[in-house]
Amino acid sequence: MGEPQQIIPTEKSDLVGAVAQLLAEGYRLVQIGCSTLESAYELNYSFDKEYRFKNLRITVTPGEEVPSISAVYPNAFLYENEIHDLFGIIIRNINIDYRGTLYRTAVKTPFSVENVKLPEPPKQKADATAQSKDKEKQQTETTEGKKEQKE
Amino acid sequence: MAHKNVIPFGPQHPVLPEPIHFDLVTEDERIVDAIPSISYVHRGLERLIEKRDFVDFVHVADRICGLCSFMHSMGYCQAVEEIMGIEVPERALYLRTIWAELSRIHSHIFWLGVAADAFGFESLFMQSLRLREVILDIFEATTGARVILGVCKVGGVRRDIDAETLKGIVQRLAALKKDLDELCSVFINDYSIKHRLAGVGYISQQDAYTLGCVGPMARASGLSMDMRTLGYAAYKHLDVEPMVESGGDCYARCLVRIRETFHSIELIRQAAGKIPEGPVELKVKGAPNGEYFSRVEQPRGEVIHYAKGNGSRFLQRFRVRVPTFSNIPAMIKVLKGSEVADVPNIILTLDPCISCTER
Amino acid sequence: MRSFTMTKTVIKNLLRGPATLMYPKKKRTFVPITRGRVDNDINTCIFCGLCSRRCPTYAIIVTKDSKEWQIDRLKCCTCNLCVEICPVKSLSMHSHYAPPVADKTAGIYKLKKPDEAETDH
Repeated sequence: MGEPQQIIPTEKSDLVGAVAQLLAEGYRLVQIGCSTLESAYELNYSFDKEYRFKNLRITVTPGEEVPSISAVYPNAFLYENEIHDLFGIIIRNINIDYRGTLYRTAVKTPFSVENVKLPEPPKQKADATAQSKDKEKQQTETTEGKKEQKE
Repeated sequence: MAHKNVIPFGPQHPVLPEPIHFDLVTEDERIVDAIPSISYVHRGLERLIEKRDFVDFVHVADRICGLCSFMHSMGYCQAVEEIMGIEVPERALYLRTIWAELSRIHSHIFWLGVAADAFGFESLFMQSLRLREVILDIFEATTGARVILGVCKVGGVRRDIDAETLKGIVQRLAALKKDLDELCSVFINDYSIKHRLAGVGYISQQDAYTLGCVGPMARASGLSMDMRTLGYAAYKHLDVEPMVESGGDCYARCLVRIRETFHSIELIRQAAGKIPEGPVELKVKGAPNGEYFSRVEQPRGEVIHYAKGNGSRFLQRFRVRVPTFSNIPAMIKVLKGSEVADVPNIILTLDPCISCTER
Repeated sequence: MRSFTMTKTVIKNLLRGPATLMYPKKKRTFVPITRGRVDNDINTCIFCGLCSRRCPTYAIIVTKDSKEWQIDRLKCCTCNLCVEICPVKSLSMHSHYAPPVADKTAGIYKLKKPDEAETDH
């Protein structure tokens, strides 16, 4: 029932080159999304041409800078500003840069690695990684006072 | 020498159903530049996956937006079902399609009414909303609620529609079609409406493609882009045809929406004829482990739901990219060069759904 | 350019009357499956707490020892999950919505088992 979707892991240095090639082939930019991992962020650049879906994926650590693709696709500025405001990733050379005023939230960068608590995978899957996730959970609980789920 | 002024548009404006802000840089009466600004209704819904497990999150997904409510829950359920590898029963797929097309009809009729109100034709606005009540009554008779349906779940749908009710729905829609014919002939042929809409807010096909237009805005510029042809839900068994116009201006977008409304009535008639018997839901066991991008055609365009799970009952990441978010950069290109008095009309033909945009 | 395209609609509207209802003089007729508000038949309730665990908005609170059942009507989103999961079918969904209140705590509706049930305001 699902359509075939490609996810291609890319290096940060190859990003703008790969995106420019996709523009030359006639792809349109669909979205730029970001997920918070354990101690890194995963950026997904999605492209589409005639209903074929392609993804470029790069992984960055907190504090790393990412080059902007708004020189190639000018409409990327809205997505990149949103990622900067919600996740705290610094993106260089966006063509229209809001400098943090696009999303005015009470908590700065609410989706960043410090603020998001990832769910643990079930215990029988990976015991070693579950223990390290426990330590991370204790660390994040002290930074943000979040209400634990009621029974 | 022309003098530059900055005129703020929004967030409160009689034309806008939801708050969005544009700073319009004008020279005399012509707009030179526009800077959008959002985040008036940011609720942070994407963080709620940490507090509600993936089965209960359907109720949150329903409430992302009022007008496109059912399609959000349908897209979410599709993403989770694809990750878990669940085969939804055929009858549930047809029922989802029927509710989705009804959603599309009521959203487009609502847009027609608000657009008429925007250029001052208030009696047409009242007439359109009167016709929309027929659809809301159908929703209430089949699901129990008028706007937030709460009827989609992971593994199928929660309620069934029996054959008698389906026949009744098709008959009521046929009666609605006659009333809609009259209403839409006013939109298409009236001299004053044509004067306000034709030639205004033009975007070319090439610009629409590279700037990321989706939905009726793209289809009105000649791009044949409709996610229903991907064949999700029951669309693979129905004849879906993207309604494409080549005008590229506000009048063409109005025409696209009108033609889509009639096409949806036809699709519901086809689906009600082809619906098979069978169960409407499937028991769900386990938890999602994996990721998937689910693409659904909402009334306003292509919406992407991205879900990622790692085996626990709570999803790791859920992201929604709505069509209005993708259309805003194109709107800036459209606004450059237009007159200040046409701005409310142009922004309304984008059909902004800001509560979806900011989640 | 056609003229008088709306004449038929105008005459129909004049003859049919207004589309709106003189509420509250005339009450609205609801369909039987309209989801309005949740009510509990306290005599059949066994206080198992399943409805409280299933509720996605945490609107129901059940205390087994003092035999109390409480719902916060302002939090309830009328999703019908509690009615479906109740093992003795004491919960039911009524068509008419709960009346509006002026205070956030006034939406809480309490029921207690022993001899009589407390009525709400």
